This record gives sequence, C-alpha cells and structure tokens, in this order.
Amino acid sequence: MELFGDPAVWLPWTFAALMGLSILIYVVLDGFDLGVGILMPLAEDAEKDRLVASIGPFWDANETWLVLAIGLLLVAFPPAHGLILTSLYLPVFVMLIGLILRGVSFELRAKAPLKQKRIWNSAFFTGSLMASLSQGFMLGMYVMGLTWTWPHVAFSLLTAVFLTVGYSFIGAVWLIWKTEDCLQTRAIKWAKGGIWGLILGIGAVSLATPFVSSRIFDKWFGFPQLLYLSPLPIISALLVGFLWWKLARLPLYNDRWSWTPFAAATALFTLAFFGMAYSFYPYVVPEQITIYEAASAPESLFIILLGTLFVLPAILGYTVLSYYIFRGKATDLRYD
Amino acid sequence: MDTLLLSRIQFGANISFHILFPTITIALGWVLLFFKLRFNATGERKWMDAYLFWVKIFALSFAMGVVSGITMSFQFGTNWPGFMETVGNVAGPLLAYEIMTAFFLEAVFLGIMLFGASRVKSWVHTLATFLVAFGTTMSTFWIIVLNSWMHTPQGYELRDGVVFATNWLEIIFNPSMPYRFVHMMLASGLTVAFLIAGISALRLLWGDRCEAVKSALRVGIITGATLIPLQILAGDFHGLNTLEHQPAKVAAMEGNWETGPNIPLVLFAIPDQEARENRFEIAIPNGASLILTHKMDGVVPGLNDFISEDGEVLHPRVAPVFFSFRIMVATGMAMLVLSWAGLYLLRRYGAGDMPKLPLIAFCAMSFSGWIATLAGWYTTEIGRQPWLVQGVLSTKDAVSDVPAGMVLSTLIGYLVVYAILILAYIGVITYLARKAAKGEPLSMRTYPRSGEAEVVALQPGE
Repeated sequence: MELFGDPAVWLPWTFAALMGLSILIYVVLDGFDLGVGILMPLAEDAEKDRLVASIGPFWDANETWLVLAIGLLLVAFPPAHGLILTSLYLPVFVMLIGLILRGVSFELRAKAPLKQKRIWNSAFFTGSLMASLSQGFMLGMYVMGLTWTWPHVAFSLLTAVFLTVGYSFIGAVWLIWKTEDCLQTRAIKWAKGGIWGLILGIGAVSLATPFVSSRIFDKWFGFPQLLYLSPLPIISALLVGFLWWKLARLPLYNDRWSWTPFAAATALFTLAFFGMAYSFYPYVVPEQITIYEAASAPESLFIILLGTLFVLPAILGYTVLSYYIFRGKATDLRYD
Repeated sequence: MDTLLLSRIQFGANISFHILFPTITIALGWVLLFFKLRFNATGERKWMDAYLFWVKIFALSFAMGVVSGITMSFQFGTNWPGFMETVGNVAGPLLAYEIMTAFFLEAVFLGIMLFGASRVKSWVHTLATFLVAFGTTMSTFWIIVLNSWMHTPQGYELRDGVVFATNWLEIIFNPSMPYRFVHMMLASGLTVAFLIAGISALRLLWGDRCEAVKSALRVGIITGATLIPLQILAGDFHGLNTLEHQPAKVAAMEGNWETGPNIPLVLFAIPDQEARENRFEIAIPNGASLILTHKMDGVVPGLNDFISEDGEVLHPRVAPVFFSFRIMVATGMAMLVLSWAGLYLLRRYGAGDMPKLPLIAFCAMSFSGWIATLAGWYTTEIGRQPWLVQGVLSTKDAVSDVPAGMVLSTLIGYLVVYAILILAYIGVITYLARKAAKGEPLSMRTYPRSGEAEVVALQPGE
C-alpha cells in the first residue's frame, strides 16, 4: 500500500478517478439510450420498435454504470454521498421513478396486449424525459454548490433542459449509426435540431462554473494554466464544427462515415466532462468537502481496489464483446 | 408520523417491491439453463418451447428487478446517510463487490442471452444463460453477506464510533450468513417452482395440452416438493442460529414475554405490547421449548428481558414480527401439502389429465412464494429493530434529517407506481399464458443443438 506514497492520498484520488470514469461512461451510454427514449414521440409508429431495438441489448448494462458510480460514491466517500443525496432528495426521486417507468415500459410495450402499447410507449418517453431532466437538474444544483436558492433552481432548470437536449442529440447520432433508410434520414434531422441545445448547454455550464467560485475562476484563467488548458475549448469547437459539417452531408453512399457523429459526440461529452472534473477537483461536494476529507479508511478502499483491478478489465471486455455481437444496423429484437 | 418511521416504511416499501423480482430471477435463471441443457441433450422441441415462454417472464422480471434495484442504491444516501458513515468501511466493499462481480455480469450477458440466440453459436448462448444465472446467484451471495453482517456483526473494531474492518473472512462468513443464504436460495427456488406450476396449471385449465406445458408443470411440482422439506429444515436451523445471536427476535417470533422453561408454542394470539401479554392465545404446551431447544423443559428467552434499567424497550415491536412469522410458516405448510399432493396426482393421472381442483389450487398458489418471502424478510428485518446493525448502530441514529412531509410525499409516489406495476406485471404474465394457450407458435426457427451444424430457416423480414 505504501508503494505509491501515502495511501491516504493516492487511494482517494484513484477512487475519484474511477468514479469519474463510471459517471462519464454512464453519461455517454445511458445518454444515448435515454436520448432514444426522448426521441420516441417524433418517430412514426412503425419505426418505434426499431428505435427500441437499437438499444435493447444494451440498456440494462448501461444503467449498471450509474449503480457503479453511485456505489463508488457510497463506498469511497460516504459523508459526501449522504450530503449530496439528501440535498438532492426530490430530483433523485423523480429520476428513480423515471428510470423505473422507462425500464418496465421497455418490456411491457412488447409483451402487454397490443391495445396497451400506446400507453407503454408514452410511459417509455415520459420515464426517459423524467430521468434526463432530473439528471440535468442535479448537474445544475451540483455546479451551484447544492444550495436551494431561487437563482440556483432557475439555473438548474436551464441545465435540465440542456442536458435533455444533449441526450437526445447523442441518441439521434446513435440512431444515425444503428439505423438505415427513412429512420436514418429522420435521425439526421433530429441531430441537426439538437446540436443547438448541445452548444448552449456546454456553453452555459462552462461559463457559469468559473463565476460561481473564484477558486475555479483562478484555476482556469490564471497564467500559465490558461495556455495548456486552451486545447480543451479549441478541440470542442472543432468537434462541433465537424458535427455541423458532417450532419449536413450525411447519409453518404454505402453508409460511409455514419458512425463518426456518434464518435464526435462522445468525444465532446468526454471533453466537457474533463473540464468539469478539472474545475471541481479536489472537491467532491463543491467548496465543502474534498475527496481526501470524505474518503473511507484506506484499508477498505484497498480491498475494493484489488478487486477492481481484476474485475474492471473483465467488465470492459465483455461490454465490448456485447457491442461487437450486436454490431451493425439494429434488427428486430427476437428471443429465438 | 416522524421522519424515522416514514423512512423505515419507505425503505420497507422499496425493498419489498425490489425483492419480488430477484426472488424470481435467481432461480428462474437456473431453470432456464436446465430447459436449455435438456434441449441440447434430447433435441426435444418442448424444452425449447418452455425456454422461450419462460425467458419472456424472466426478461420482464429482470427489468423490474434492475430498475427497482437502482432505487435501493440511492435510498442509502437519501434516507439513511448514517448507515454508510458508521459502517461504510464494511458495507462499502461488500456492495462494491456485488456491483462489480455480479451486476455487470448479469446485465451484459442478459443482452446476449435474450437477443443473441440468432447471432451467436448455440454454446455461446448456453454459456451466456449460465453466466446470467451465476451472476444473479453471486449478487444474492454478496447482499446476503452484508445483510447477515448487520444481524451478526463480527471481524471489525470501533474507532471513534466508526466501524473499521479487521478480518474480512470473519465479516464474509459471519455466523448467520450460511443459514440466511441457503434459506433465501431455497425461497427463490420455491417461488419459481410454484410460479411455474401455477402458470402451467392455468394454461392446462385453458385447454393448452402441449408437451411444453406438461413438462413445465412436472418440473414445477417436483422442484417444489423437493425443496419444501429442505426449506423447513433450513428454516429450523436458521431459527436456532437466531436464538443464539438475536434472542430478542426469537422471543418476539414466539410471542413469549417471560424467560423460562416449558414455554408453549403459541399458534395464535394478539400480542399486546402495552399490557405486555398475549390476548386470545391458543397454544401447544411445551411446544416452543421443544422446537427451540429440543427439550420439553428447555429455557426460551422472553421479551421482558430486553427492557433496560431506565425502561427503554430494546426489543422489536412484537405484533409485526409475531404475525409475519406465522404467515411465512403457514404459507410453507400450504406449499408442503399442495406440492406433495401434486406429486401423488402426477403419478396417478400424469400431467395432462390432472383433475381440475388441484390445478385451480396450483393457480391460486402461483405467487405464494412472494408472500412467504416477504413475510420471512419482515420477520427477520423488523425483528432486528431497534438496531440497524445489531448492537452497533441503532436505526434512529442513521436516519437523515429530511423533512417528514418530503418522505411522506415520495413514499406515496413510490406506492402508487409500485401498485400499478405489480398489477401490470401479473396482468402481462397472465396475458402471455393466454396467448400461449391459444397455440400461437413461440418461434418458427429450427434449432440447432450444440455441436450440430447450424441450419437456420430464415423468416421473411428477418
């Protein structure tokens, strides 16, 4: 344990990194399948099954990343876990109800009598919307330091809308990759509509964070860090430009490059995430508790880390395997 | 009502709703693997038909279990922050291992198990089915380890009121873990056995005489009849283990107020906690002593021992523990009678010509496993009160300071959603059975057995 220096320093850091990684994977993976749920009402009735089929084999595992992220917060930083979740009591409730509705509608829309399908389709949409909105709201509250004042709530309502648009954007570019013909054309149109929200959303959070805390302001706008942080906004701008340009040209002959918008959107989400992580480090509860203050006993963290070293590569491995097995355009979901 | 009681009810409601579905998927995963292996071995179509019918119910139950389980991971933080702050060093790694070794395994391979049959080789699909069943069992193991540790904690030390782990083997193999794990696995097996028997009986009553239904009925009855005596035995051992480590719980289960020898077995009573006595008691003399100590004059602990000097009550509320224990035992006895009668009728008439009455009885008992499982968990969990972690952390010290109104309104929200979903769940299972009974084919594909060359008859539009 002493190999890398003081375990009370490197263990919390490692766990913060692991937690960040699983939040990032969650936001990208469940982002696209929540996004597909939000886009559902825009699709023709005949296309809805295909929409669901494009996320069918994956959504269970995607949501497990949320359980892992919240689990890591729970096990590695217990006081922060309690503080964050009690202050976000209501949005957490809305999100959970949303995730429940969405998960069960997924099954019930296909298994209940046909005349109920419409109800479960709208429950699927409503659940996805509730989950996205509340996650965006929680993001806003977190940025604002978890205090319930009117301006903070107003800002969080704004981020709620932006994250929802962001999710539907990554959902749309996922559909561009996984579907064909009419539905693909429609998805390209949806993506073009969503890119505005994405730019505004990332912009709003990026501009708001430095002004919430002078500490974050100094972290970004001091010299020389301004210099070596500059690639972050520049690459982001380039990615947005690429998306804009690509979406105007798709679909190409033989479906070439249909995967690139999803890759670019993933890269964009990743950069935005790193920007936030940089801003908030070393705090796990903004401006209140650092990861070092909140960390569990090194002995306990070490036991978890040992397992993680073996298990996480395996998880990533069979996740990739699953995406590989279900590669290519989405086909109807069949049990046989 | 205060935040503490409302939070307890909310946690109880959430975990009750959640446990319904894992109770089904834990054992159903293994049953599906059995169907699949039988098909691989015999090539008989009926096994594949049984697999294809029950995999739908598995998928539905699994989804319900996943989403209601996400709620559980948040409840610790939203309602019980004191739990992780005090015992996080023990509970944390156990939960982390559950997520990492079990949740991902089952969730990822579920996709392949459900939708991958036409995309991967038969043996890969069988392996995926195995890994899902294995994953559900692993997650049972870890969560039972944590829950058992809360009942019988060991392998830790307290520093400034916070628990630190000292011996992980002692923590994992704590005294009540093996009993609880076996008891829960058997409960899951029985729940699924009676569900399969009940739904198959329903399909028979609707005139469905296909081979898959008869075989499923046979599997259900034989599994139920085999597991129920084992479960009664396991329950007895578990009770003796509880007597050793949590005597207050056993006193409440027995409705026994004064410690002493020759304690009767109370069959029915209304425990009155204020007067500290039972009303309308019907009892068998010396019964409790005999069951718990295997001696007529064995000493059984009484509730009055668990009142502190200054009058604080250190035992759980008696009535809920007393009644839920009796509901569990009664359901178990009904299972014993019905499954053994079913066994006899199977020999006498065969699955296809079973008389109507027992078939109706099996239908009525379709969800009896749920009742017994819930009643059993209520017994053990309410029986642990006033402790959250026996002797280490009391429940009232762990609750959050969220306003009661907030807890109440979200509680009502959860209850409404849960009520709708349970109705929808049972409705859809019945609907699937109805559809299958009408003879709609489950699949047009011809199935390759593992090892044979795959010949797939493609359907139009596939």
